[in-house]
Amino acid sequence: MSTSTAVLPKAAAPTKPPKKLSGSGHSQGRVGALMLLPAGILMLVFLLIPIGLTFLLAFTNARLISPVPAKFIGVDNFIRLFESSTFWKSLTNTIVFAVVIVPVQSGLALILAVLVNAKVRGTNIFRTIYFLPVVTSMVVVSMLWMFMYQQEGLINSVLARLGIIGPDWLGDPNTALFALIIMSAWQAMGFHMVIWLSGLQTISGDLYEAASLDGASPWQQFWNVTWPGLKQTRTFILITITISAFSLFTQVNIMTQGGPLDSTSTVVFQAVRTGFQQQQTGYASAISLVFFVLVLAVSLVQRYLTRDKDLGK
Amino acid sequence: MPSDPVRGVRTIDASEELVKSGLIKKLATVGLAAALALTAAACSKGGTTPGTQAAGGPVELSMWTHNAGNKGELGAIESIVTEFNASQTKYQVKVQAFPQDSYNQSVVAAAAAKKLPCILDIDQPNVANWAWAGYLAPMEGMDDVLSKYLPSTVAKWNGKTYAYGYYDVSLAMVTRKSILKKYDIREPSIDQPWTGDEFMAALEKVKASGDFDYPADFATGWTGEWWPYGYSPQLQSFGADLINRSDYKSAEGVLNSDKAVAWATWFQKLAKDKLIPKKSSADPALDFVNGKSAFLWNGSWTAISTREKFGDDVLFAPPPDFGNGPKVGGGSWTWGISTNCGDAAGAAEYMKFAAADKYVAKVAKDTNNIPTTDAAAAQVPGFEPGGANDIFRQFSKKYTTMRPETPGYPFIATEFAKVSQDILAGADPKSALDQAVKNIDANQAANNYFQ
Repeated sequence: MSTSTAVLPKAAAPTKPPKKLSGSGHSQGRVGALMLLPAGILMLVFLLIPIGLTFLLAFTNARLISPVPAKFIGVDNFIRLFESSTFWKSLTNTIVFAVVIVPVQSGLALILAVLVNAKVRGTNIFRTIYFLPVVTSMVVVSMLWMFMYQQEGLINSVLARLGIIGPDWLGDPNTALFALIIMSAWQAMGFHMVIWLSGLQTISGDLYEAASLDGASPWQQFWNVTWPGLKQTRTFILITITISAFSLFTQVNIMTQGGPLDSTSTVVFQAVRTGFQQQQTGYASAISLVFFVLVLAVSLVQRYLTRDKDLGK
Repeated sequence: MPSDPVRGVRTIDASEELVKSGLIKKLATVGLAAALALTAAACSKGGTTPGTQAAGGPVELSMWTHNAGNKGELGAIESIVTEFNASQTKYQVKVQAFPQDSYNQSVVAAAAAKKLPCILDIDQPNVANWAWAGYLAPMEGMDDVLSKYLPSTVAKWNGKTYAYGYYDVSLAMVTRKSILKKYDIREPSIDQPWTGDEFMAALEKVKASGDFDYPADFATGWTGEWWPYGYSPQLQSFGADLINRSDYKSAEGVLNSDKAVAWATWFQKLAKDKLIPKKSSADPALDFVNGKSAFLWNGSWTAISTREKFGDDVLFAPPPDFGNGPKVGGGSWTWGISTNCGDAAGAAEYMKFAAADKYVAKVAKDTNNIPTTDAAAAQVPGFEPGGANDIFRQFSKKYTTMRPETPGYPFIATEFAKVSQDILAGADPKSALDQAVKNIDANQAANNYFQ
């Protein structure tokens, strides 16, 4: 994807006379700035200012509702946070969730993508079916799965047919997080299937043809043609799944409220709960700040590990 | 549940994150002002400034309510407003209704921008918090009228009255006379409620029969404010409480006392022994009507649907007495005056006008809730002395322990909800309660005990 966009301007450039380009450069810059303005204002108001405020508020005792002005209290919020067992529990849950869901979700999405990429009739129907959960609101999906996960729900009824007594999925601290992982992977899988699919379709058919002439089995073709060809897509998917996994909130809020016994509490859920229900704006900002640093660090590490090593040469 | 009185304190707005301290406050005000300007522009109806006088005309008093989408109550309030507007020429009250889910956040955002309406309704457990925060102005000169109100519908803090409500709801242990007869369980009365042991024996008896999915249903599937509203009365019946009410400073020795641990152990046992579902369905009253449970811990709002199915067989039993008397919660939606009102005298005049018995009767009747005054109760079918719903009024009068009327309550409510959920899920009662006490006390201290 990124290679094709990089090539386009180069190909287009020679057709335009360089003189004209430099002549209209000034007004073009102004038009560019003007076009940037709406997005820029939105970014400023809804992204940069709130992030800035979070940094400030994290070091104060600001309250959601209070007649007393906020005071600077240094790193008290952070000390309290690092001493809180709920925070460590939430952090562990968040990390477990991310570590499990990244390979599971991307792997299943890749399998789906390979399947619907096959040149057989009716693949469009399957593509649509697999994509349906993505366009369904997470709130609705959570409600449905909540019913399915009930003690006498659909899943346990099916298990009972097989002679297995299913657990109380969301009510048991040992299974609740696992149940959320399965359901989340199912919901978002379709989206990443489409991304994989776009990656698969950028791989030239010639390569497969050449490979099969060389006598490569389908498995060898996958490892030696498909997999290397998906490098860019892989990086993109890895990073998007990781970030969305870290911001796990909706499912938790609707299905378990962080329970039972904090077994599904996540960092974002804890931030929202302390910030709004418990009115502790300063403390919630501190949680958000820690979350920000965490996501930033993970993204940087991922960027480093998946960097294009050829570029350095 | 017509007015959903128990789920008030939930999420509050994100925009309020931008509060306090010099620059932040300025930014916040600018942002909120911009947002409000947009809202006002978007809906031309809504752009009223509190207490403004159009040239020569009557003073306009804005009024906010959480009742959008709640036809019965909104209609009743609107008819009071219409009568008030027609009764005099000086003031004109203008109603703006919000959906309940976004009502609190609208108020909090408006308060930050100093754009609160003149008159607004407030969920009773929030009153102390909002009064402390300076949103609400105390009401003067109404003590005479309000002395006839059920105490649970008059919201006070620091010795001052901040709001009053037309109605209350009450908790009750809903069951059927035929069930009690079948399992040979004594029919309780207000004079002789079940003791805790009697109630537990009844549950065990019903469970042994295997006739029901669960002997009882405590509506554990609901979230938010239901937990403190529904279960703190049981805690209080055991002789413990949410906070030490002598000075409202600490929960130490109260929420983690031996009696609190006894409550927690009992509550946990209910779920562990499958006497109640650990997580009820979204509509436990429907399950009760469908014969899945024999006892239902719920409230006066279930009267209509259960009577429809079982008629006179339904019994609204008083809450079991676990040693410290039967207890129910109190307080529902109430009305007050904001501190941003441009014409406080006008708002006060409306409040006095609207407190009349006939309006109490009107609102209570249209919402099927307990009318707050005796005179109004006589006018509402079912709530007159000896009427079918009179029992709820008696519960309210006799058993009500208010949720602590302190600005710290919203925090206490979230902690109690969490600790009860944890206990139900199997947490160690003593250490879970200790942790809740620690969190509550830390919050109290961080707010300088709301002095």
